[in-house]
Amino acid sequence: MSRRMRMLVLGPALLGLGALFAWAIAGLPAFGDYRGPYGFVLNRVVVPLRHTTNVVMGTTFDVRGLDTMGEEFILYAALVGVTLLLRDETRSRQAERRTSRLDDDAVRLVGVAMIGGGLLVALWLMAFGYITPGGGFQGGVLAAGAVLLLYLVGSHRDYRPFRNEHFLDPLEAVGAGGYIVIGLAALVSGTAFLTNLFGLGTTGTLVSSGSIALLNWASAIAVSCAMVLLFAEFLETYVVPLEPEDAAS
Amino acid sequence: MLLGTLVPLQAVAFALVALGAPLVVLTRDPLRQALVNGIYGVSLVCLFVVLQAPDPALSMLVVSGIGYPLVILAAITRVRGHERTEQKKDGEQ
Repeated sequence: MSRRMRMLVLGPALLGLGALFAWAIAGLPAFGDYRGPYGFVLNRVVVPLRHTTNVVMGTTFDVRGLDTMGEEFILYAALVGVTLLLRDETRSRQAERRTSRLDDDAVRLVGVAMIGGGLLVALWLMAFGYITPGGGFQGGVLAAGAVLLLYLVGSHRDYRPFRNEHFLDPLEAVGAGGYIVIGLAALVSGTAFLTNLFGLGTTGTLVSSGSIALLNWASAIAVSCAMVLLFAEFLETYVVPLEPEDAAS
Repeated sequence: MLLGTLVPLQAVAFALVALGAPLVVLTRDPLRQALVNGIYGVSLVCLFVVLQAPDPALSMLVVSGIGYPLVILAAITRVRGHERTEQKKDGEQ
């Protein structure tokens, strides 16, 4: 198709899309004008009812706990897909590659410090998710990012033991399955699936919010393992084989 | 009207996002694009914080700062490595 032809097709399409956009924006409620009653209700009832000071967490892991379970299994399905496509058994049996290390000591020092700092912040995000902003998902991705830094500032040999699939695959299943087990525990005790049945504790402390804390930890484990494994599959399929072997080490 | 109720800080955050998005699209080199996209992600994080949504801000931070760039960088490495071996083959012929 010639450039002229393409412009002829693009012109009317852009005009139409622009008109629809303008129409949609003109019909928007004013900025800051929140119309859903759901948020107002939750803001009022979640803290007294669930003893969690992070209403977002009370919503995702309690009021809409079933939806979050679905989301968790989206990540799980993605991990299974990537693993089935990329994991090469012959490669995983191979010894780790001795890829070359970074030359710059200053960069490596900052990187190593960031691994420790990253893991600490990740643990904090996970542990205090139901008290302050954060939670299992954010903490999990950050923890996996910190592990990945090991490869960036060290070598594949330093990184390899921390992505051991014989350890992480079962742990991932424990995290993902733990969510369902906590839900089923409520079912067994005679209430609805995922009902918050553990003691609610004192608002604003680590011992609070009942099932929410356990569900948060289950998803933290699931997300951390899933992200470490996902990163490892991508890295070892696409990046590591292209790196030159380091003869010196 | 839409802009009348904006606090100046919110207006600045929105402006940064509006400036950052086209910058990402206009960057041609994929490696640089991944970096610019990370900075754009930080501007979105600022917007979420200014709009009092710290949980999505943290999610945005880890996704745009760790998850997304890694997948992009892995793909870029793969493509460039492939191109290098192709060039080597051409050189030998």
